[in-house]
Amino acid sequence: MNRLLNWFSQIVSITLFNVRSLPQRIGSSLTAVLGIAGVVAVLVGVLSIAQGILRTMERSVSPDNVVVLRSGATYEMMSGLSGDDARFISEGPGLARDESGPLASPELFVVINLPMRSTGSDANVPLRGVSLIAPDLRSGFRIVEGRMFEPGLNELIVGVGSQREIVGLEVGSTITVAQEEWPIVGAFEAGGGLAESEIWVDAAVLQPAYRRGNSYQVVYAKLKSPDSFQEYKDALTSDPRLNVKPVLEADYYEEQSALLYNLITGLGTLIAVIMSLGAMFGALNTMYTAISSRSREIATLRALGFHASPVVISVLMESLFLALVGGIIGALAAWLVFDGYRAATLNFSSFSQVAFAFDVSPSLLIRGIVFAMVIGLIGGLFPAIRAARQPVATALREL
Amino acid sequence: MNVSKKELVTIHNVDKIFKRGSEEIHVLGGLDLQIPEGEFLALMGPSGSGKSTLLNLIGGLDRPSQGSVIVGGEPIDKLSERKLASWRARHVGLVFQFYNLMPVLTAQKNVELPLLLTGLSRSERRKRSAIALDIVGLSHRKGHYPRTLSGGEQQRVGIARAIVTDPTLLLCDEPTGDLDRKSGDEILDLLQALNKEQGKTIVMVTHDIHAAARASRTLYLNKGKLSTEAEE
Ligand SMILES: Nc1ncnc2c1ncn2[C@@H]1O[C@H](COP(=O)(O)OP(=O)(O)OP(=O)(O)O)[C@@H](O)[C@H]1O
Ligand SMILES: [Mg+2]
Repeated sequence: MNRLLNWFSQIVSITLFNVRSLPQRIGSSLTAVLGIAGVVAVLVGVLSIAQGILRTMERSVSPDNVVVLRSGATYEMMSGLSGDDARFISEGPGLARDESGPLASPELFVVINLPMRSTGSDANVPLRGVSLIAPDLRSGFRIVEGRMFEPGLNELIVGVGSQREIVGLEVGSTITVAQEEWPIVGAFEAGGGLAESEIWVDAAVLQPAYRRGNSYQVVYAKLKSPDSFQEYKDALTSDPRLNVKPVLEADYYEEQSALLYNLITGLGTLIAVIMSLGAMFGALNTMYTAISSRSREIATLRALGFHASPVVISVLMESLFLALVGGIIGALAAWLVFDGYRAATLNFSSFSQVAFAFDVSPSLLIRGIVFAMVIGLIGGLFPAIRAARQPVATALREL
Repeated sequence: MNVSKKELVTIHNVDKIFKRGSEEIHVLGGLDLQIPEGEFLALMGPSGSGKSTLLNLIGGLDRPSQGSVIVGGEPIDKLSERKLASWRARHVGLVFQFYNLMPVLTAQKNVELPLLLTGLSRSERRKRSAIALDIVGLSHRKGHYPRTLSGGEQQRVGIARAIVTDPTLLLCDEPTGDLDRKSGDEILDLLQALNKEQGKTIVMVTHDIHAAARASRTLYLNKGKLSTEAEE
């Protein structure tokens, strides 16, 4: 007990000297801190992109929504449904209904080129042909400006996300669709979800404009309750007239976002790891300098009877302390700069733009700080071990 | 010579060889030394003769390549690194040529440092470091940082630090080597008083004949062995 206490007080007192002598080494310490802060800021920044995209994808999901694609198709782009298919799908058992019939929206999906605000270059913008049921199938749908399109007319409504990213989508202006000028009559929100990146028009108008006949790509529908899914799915998959695959919306988006999420997370981590090598050498160098500038003190302490392990631990503590400061600065900077920052990126599953906001979540901040501590640990370990390994007599001679 | 006195340090047939790359440096060879309790021993010899090496062996800062080092009945060459560190903390006071004070600590905190290894209470540590500073005549400077003290004053803080744990053995490696005549004499007065009045056994390495004259015995180290005569 006494021995443990003694050992502990050794650590405390040596760490205290180290910290007190920090001001004398402010330059190299600051370099290490800032290096680590930079790495953490980048890591958190990149991961917040992935997080933000995931958020956007998941935001509009409601547990009783189903998405029906042709079997074998993972994405809307790959799917095709005939008018009859769409009708059978909409009449399946277990769907919620209102006075006009089942809550099902057969939709088709094309991509048009429009210039982005940020770069001026063309981006792929999803143009979706929908039925009047579509708003009921996107939680948080709300017309925020103008009005809903009139069925049968080539009127467009635009998501607020696409308005932010793309030039010329103001209500009242027109855009060229299939060599014609189509007017924008309204703008809508969709709870921050994916639909906000889209432009909508009556499906019946889009079909002839793109010579799609009476075909669709997808049916969005609402179940009476999430429990009805099995019944609905069994009915559709056993219907000999149909060759389709119903999936819960949540599963659908999860699969959709997985590719993008994993890509960005993987890339972000790779960049952060490469950068962290630099930061690690910075920390390593700082701690070597710190130790060699105090080698006389460390040798003296050990000559007086201080043990080697408190020396190691105190060096590690200092390095971890610097890393913690760097990590907090980096995470805070990422949070201040990136959180809520809006951007758009290509959604690989639809080859179209998805507007999203960087999402610097608390768990990301913690991940960034933990990463910093790992850098600090490795950066401090080798100098610490070297300081402790050296025989006392040799260390005293080298003063 | 007082035969009734107990030997505090017994060194028997000690070799010390340093390896520098492939080269071997034989510093001490077959060295014997006995230091009775209460002696003030001066070690002299040419530069590089191994005086510091011998002092390190006595103080448990280094181990012999061969032979035994027994201090206060303890064969210290057999102790583990950990045990040796604790042993040093309890039994040895070290005084360095360049004082080796902690620049970030006040004189009083510097003196208190070895007491952190003892498990004494804070107030007890304060009390003891105050006494040690009083013995070296620096009570009025206890709040000063080393850089604001003269060389002689810094060395007196160094001596206070060495005696604060009340060790049996005081090892001084050229304690006056970096001081002018007057400050050096004051340090030697102090060491002599510690030896006479408190019965501390002292081993002092020095190049200075005047310093050695203060000791009760002087030995000369040459070619790895000790003798009572300086070689020409
Ligand atoms: N840790 C070590 N590694 C290698 N060689 C060493 C080591 N310690 C001492 N030596 C060598 O051993 C010899 C004796 O060194 P030591 O420091 O004991 O001499 P000294 O008598 O104290 O000299 P000085 O009067 O210059 O202080 C020297 O040649 C020195 O280079
Ligand atoms: Mg020497």
